[in-house]
Amino acid sequence: MKRRDFLKYSSLASGAFLVPSFLKPLEALASPQISGYKNLVIVQLSGGNDGLNTIVPYGNDIYYQKRNTIAIKQPDIVKLNDMQGLNPNMIALKELYDQGWMGVINSVGYPNPDRSHFRSMDIWQTASDSSQFLNTGWIGRYLDSNCAVNKETYTAIEVDDTLSLAMKGAKMKGIAVQNPAKLYQSTREPLFKELVHEHDDLHLNDDNLGYLYKTMVETYSSANYIQQTSKIYKTVAEYPQTGFANQLKTVAKFINSGLKTRVYYVSLSGFDTHTTQLNQQGRNLKIYSEGIAAFVKNLKATGKLDDTLVMTFSEFGRRVEQNASNGTDHGTANNIMMFGGKLKKAGIYNNAPNLAQLDNGDLKYEIDFRSVYATLLDKWLDVNNNQVLDKSFAGLEFI
Amino acid sequence: MSNSGMDNIKKIKHLYSRAAFGLRLEDAKRAGALTVKQAVDDLFMRSQPNIPLDIVSGNINFKDFLEKDGLTRKMFLQEQRQQEKGLNVYWVQQMSTTDAQLREKMTLFWHNHFACRTQNPWFAQQLNNIHRQCALGSFKTLLTEVSKAPAMLQFLNNQQNQKNHPNENFARELMELFTIGRGNYTEQDIKESARAFTGWGFRKDGAFVARAPLHDDGSKTFLGKSGNFTGDDIIDILLSKKETALFICNKLYKYLVNETPDAAHVTGMADVFYQSGYEITPLLKHIFNAEWFYADKNVGTLIKSPVEFIVGLNRQFYIDYKNPDVLMQFERALGQVLFYPPNVAGWPGGKNWIDSSSLMYRIKIPSTVLNDGVINFSGKPDPEDEAFIATSLNKRKDVNTQVQTQPDWSRFLNGIPANTSRATIAQILIAPRLNNNLMNIVTRSKDVKAMVIELVSTPEYQLC
Repeated sequence: MKRRDFLKYSSLASGAFLVPSFLKPLEALASPQISGYKNLVIVQLSGGNDGLNTIVPYGNDIYYQKRNTIAIKQPDIVKLNDMQGLNPNMIALKELYDQGWMGVINSVGYPNPDRSHFRSMDIWQTASDSSQFLNTGWIGRYLDSNCAVNKETYTAIEVDDTLSLAMKGAKMKGIAVQNPAKLYQSTREPLFKELVHEHDDLHLNDDNLGYLYKTMVETYSSANYIQQTSKIYKTVAEYPQTGFANQLKTVAKFINSGLKTRVYYVSLSGFDTHTTQLNQQGRNLKIYSEGIAAFVKNLKATGKLDDTLVMTFSEFGRRVEQNASNGTDHGTANNIMMFGGKLKKAGIYNNAPNLAQLDNGDLKYEIDFRSVYATLLDKWLDVNNNQVLDKSFAGLEFI
Repeated sequence: MSNSGMDNIKKIKHLYSRAAFGLRLEDAKRAGALTVKQAVDDLFMRSQPNIPLDIVSGNINFKDFLEKDGLTRKMFLQEQRQQEKGLNVYWVQQMSTTDAQLREKMTLFWHNHFACRTQNPWFAQQLNNIHRQCALGSFKTLLTEVSKAPAMLQFLNNQQNQKNHPNENFARELMELFTIGRGNYTEQDIKESARAFTGWGFRKDGAFVARAPLHDDGSKTFLGKSGNFTGDDIIDILLSKKETALFICNKLYKYLVNETPDAAHVTGMADVFYQSGYEITPLLKHIFNAEWFYADKNVGTLIKSPVEFIVGLNRQFYIDYKNPDVLMQFERALGQVLFYPPNVAGWPGGKNWIDSSSLMYRIKIPSTVLNDGVINFSGKPDPEDEAFIATSLNKRKDVNTQVQTQPDWSRFLNGIPANTSRATIAQILIAPRLNNNLMNIVTRSKDVKAMVIELVSTPEYQLC
């Protein structure tokens, strides 16, 4: 052994000896299972949220010209910079913004935008081109690409009754959990339990019956893991009394109790505001913002915010010009909101939407939503994005 | 029952699980006494009547009302939803009770093949009736009628397809999904055929109209042929290609036989289909009478679609829904809401039906409906419901629904032929062979009723 190596080894060895035993628990805490386990929380706003009345381009006169009755008045706006500001119902997010925990990416979309809800949602969830039909979701394909490491269905959890297409891969799928205790109970009903325990090994073949049994066995063990890991954790933080905040509270409980889940998925409905938009959207944005603020502060307090990234999207934005019913119709590009303790570029990421150069009355997209996904995959979920997206997309610099 | 009798009933059961929604215990005796050929003819005979859906009574132009004030708009959105729900449930109940099972089963196939969404329930009903009317008839008529149906003209934007401003959406899907399949045409063929369909549209009342001033009557070159083609000509040219017969047969094979197509069997089917001039009945008879259709590897291996699962259960146990909304809740929980396909490619099917939660619901639903239990489910709205949701204050309420169902147990139990062993009952209910798991249920159950509830709550019951 060379002298240098000897020194290296001996110093390491002596270092180890020098650690007093009462410090051992700290060492255990530093293990990769506990810290550095990064989570992505995806928030879906269903119905096509009007991004222009969310992050309001109040510094642009065209905004006020096109929206006679539904523009947010200047004095009410929670200003973020001299061009854009928050809808007043989102005041709860101001503190997050000031702390550098919030980011906004403007004008996100895709070529040949589709204005139908279900088709555009399909495109966002599968990360397809607008002329392409995929049977798997982008998170599902992330699970597939990484299945050697993340082989459990709880790697991706949707806090809901049913699983979105986004969460379904060809080989792997996430799991829908509205309430971990209830899921646990229903998998422990006698018949279910028996089927799991008494199956012959031949049931676990590659055929369809094998697939059904495998899914059952996985559900059974995931339900157990999720319940046993999270049940001891008691949330002390206060959350608003809304369904959405409850979903986020469940996600926070999972994160805080150390569940080895990489992706969480929640959604909030009711953004299809063709009529009397101010009240409807305002109500929804308040639910959204107060829920997110409670969630982010909760994670800050528990030290998990640096390992968490929240991305909010909607299937499309709305037309720049309002309609005759004090609402807005289906549009195209929209903003994406990000939250996290470790944003590389917090605040407003790029220029406010260009309201002067429209495509038939609609915003032109400047950033492909798959570039956002690519960034999340490469820099946050640690897979090469071209394993998940069938083309390569240039990443962004928000993380 | 003798050995050959048992063998025959297995075949009949398989025929019913693919050509229909499963063999009822009460039909087992009658159908079991027939040869395969007789049973096939019998299924066709019973499917002779065409009973169109007629619950949506008129064409309300909802679009007109969308421009009205908030309250009127809300009212009409409600009415529209009511009609959609009514239509959905009405069809499920027709499938669950009709004798014309093969016709309904094929209507379901065409519903998925010509996947379409429309906000207009009258158009949706009309398209569904086209699928049913032609389900066992001429594919050419079916294709032509579908192409001229307002639901499809609207869905694939042919209404906007005009001379000098062609919209290629319909032309593209016509080839990619409805007829010849990818790899058999070029982008140029799409452009040229889109021109041939210019002007095809519908009037407000839903009637088809070929709007001459909007039609591009110049010469087009399509799949190597040139002429002043119209949409009808394009359809003829597509049908003249053997690839179209192959494409349809491949898809049908996956629906009726096996997820992994056998090239020789599919080619045999395509020959029959093509030579008959695209008649559906001879093609189906060819499949159902083929030896290979009954081969072990094709029995009990397909995953039932949610609708096949629900309808099969309804038929076997004569379930009466006091609150039919529950049916739609099931469809939602299991991932197949009729008239709401995920996109124009239809439901992907197979293993895609199954994930942790949908499988849990499948295991739980039978005991719930057979015991009038409670099912806890709030579910996710379809994206198209968002406009309605935006106007209502209560968003995600937790639905704790008493399913309020009434199975007809005495009819079920009386339908079981005398001296039928429990194992035979089990074998009729379950498509795959009886394994140890199932045999345990058969031997330990305290009575037949308890046994069948357990049997239909297994992974094996998900197969057909």
